[in-house]
Amino acid sequence: MEILIYGTINSVALALYALGFALVYGICRLPNFAHGALYVLSGFIAWTMINTFGSNLLVAVVATLLVTGIIGAVIYRLFLIRVRGMEISEIIASYAIALAILEGLRWGGFKGMTYTLPVFIEGSVTIGGISVDYQRILVVVVGAALVAFLWLFTHYTRVGLALRGMAQDERAALMLGIDSDMMAVVAMGMGSMLAAFAAILLLPLGNIVVESGYNVLILAIAVCIVGGIGSWMGAVLAAFLIGFAQILTVVYLGSHYQMMVALLAIILTLILKPSGLFGQQKELEERV
Amino acid sequence: MKIGTQQRRQERIDRGIKVRTDGLYALMSWRELAYLIAPRLLLIGGLLLLPLVVPGMYWLRVISIVCIYALLALSFDFLAHYVGLVSLGGAFFVGVGGYLTALLNTGMGISPLVAIPVAAIFGGVICTILLLPCLPLRGVYFAIVTLMYPLFLARVIEALNILGGTDGIMGIDGVPYVWLEQYGIIAMLLLILFGLRRLVNTDLGLVMRAVKDNDQAVRASGMNITHYKALAVFIASSVGCLAGACLVHTYMWAGISTFALDFSVLPIAATVIGGGGTLVGPVLGCLILVPISELLRDFGTLRIVFYSLILLGFIVFRSDGLMIYGQRKYHQFERWTDI
Repeated sequence: MEILIYGTINSVALALYALGFALVYGICRLPNFAHGALYVLSGFIAWTMINTFGSNLLVAVVATLLVTGIIGAVIYRLFLIRVRGMEISEIIASYAIALAILEGLRWGGFKGMTYTLPVFIEGSVTIGGISVDYQRILVVVVGAALVAFLWLFTHYTRVGLALRGMAQDERAALMLGIDSDMMAVVAMGMGSMLAAFAAILLLPLGNIVVESGYNVLILAIAVCIVGGIGSWMGAVLAAFLIGFAQILTVVYLGSHYQMMVALLAIILTLILKPSGLFGQQKELEERV
Repeated sequence: MKIGTQQRRQERIDRGIKVRTDGLYALMSWRELAYLIAPRLLLIGGLLLLPLVVPGMYWLRVISIVCIYALLALSFDFLAHYVGLVSLGGAFFVGVGGYLTALLNTGMGISPLVAIPVAAIFGGVICTILLLPCLPLRGVYFAIVTLMYPLFLARVIEALNILGGTDGIMGIDGVPYVWLEQYGIIAMLLLILFGLRRLVNTDLGLVMRAVKDNDQAVRASGMNITHYKALAVFIASSVGCLAGACLVHTYMWAGISTFALDFSVLPIAATVIGGGGTLVGPVLGCLILVPISELLRDFGTLRIVFYSLILLGFIVFRSDGLMIYGQRKYHQFERWTDI
């Protein structure tokens, strides 16, 4: 029972980490290595809003989402758009941005264990003999809602359909009058917003630490690689696969091994089936 | 019609002396000989003289670190621009080489002078075997998987508490003679630099470059590309392991931090700044970046911010790097012509 509950929570958390990364990779083919940095950055923005400016939680949440989205879009418009299509340059450039943000935050005095975000709802509830706090339940509910919202957004709105069209065939999308540069900026803004969303939901469960930026990046990559690029269902299923695998290793082997699961999953998936378990791309594109 | 700069364009033409000294032409004068030799002599002489002119022991140590990073950057540049395998796992090579030489030295009492080359060769073999399953991967996928290898090994050592666990292996001997340590690594750097330059122009290098440009064509010619990729990975990882082994004997300590991302990121930054694909560029980049990073040591992590911003600026706005710019100025002249 314990494994089931915490496995589900962990899996939804992983899916939340990965959504933004998957969106940006799926649509503009940009392996956004700054994803984890944006996650931590939005945590610090929310913390600053609440503690320095004294705004209430709701205002802080909305402001953080907007500001992070704008930061992501600006980063893309100013830097990453210039190396578009050159994958290695994209990786190096976005990783440089991630390092600059994370180490800049570390230098700026955000270190140690003292920075926490408030939870939305205090208290806990007992399910099947296990006490679970409301925030964790909220994570699951909101996570599921977010996946549903994204699915609806990409299938029934103009912008969403344009994004999906770009992901499938960029040239055809261009011919139909979709501005692919603009759409890429939108996608990056949305990806950053999703990172901020994950941060606001998940950071209250622990402290804001700079190191988590790197871990979030690895987990997001793991989910996307295992699930297969460009597949929403694959990403969600992979999140559950890795999430439960992590909880099982923690229970039976010890918490040291938790991160190894994700790393091993990446390495094994890439070696055995690089297009992922549910990937829609042709294998020849990645493999000789 | 308005006459502005749009009406003119800049054209670049090879200098006469460059054409005369190129290829099969015989050298006709001392001037042409000097034109060819001067840049090489400048690099060799500069590197050899550097330890004599810097003030104090601290900067001697910095020169050693520069050489270690330069070896790593060379291995990255060779693999990325001549074989087409972009490896983000420089730290993987450093870690394997470092731990291997540490074990040889502390476990069996082998002198560093023997342990370093042995660690380089066997480290290369180990890295190649571990990377063998990933060789069919291309581009970004190979980059991601190599980025994960050092992180994974560090976690394994931490979790299983083997090889000294989080404390690392202590009590490693330094290289017995100070000047041997100093000049040994400079000599190795120069040897490997010019060796690799020669290698990429041999038939073997030609095949490797063909693997980068069009692997299917190489395959169609009846050559086994995995074989060539494995060979290239062995060469590059041996160089990387050599750097790691030297690093461990310089610091007299081997620990999980040899798998740190620093060893993956800084060589890439140096390659981008120096100019990828030139092999000399990465060395130049290290000569610039490492001392700057040392000067900024007082600012703590701000120096990482600083060099990642330099890296970002170069890769986005000046992706050809300093060395290619320099070569252009040396070999060509520019002039404005009317269209």
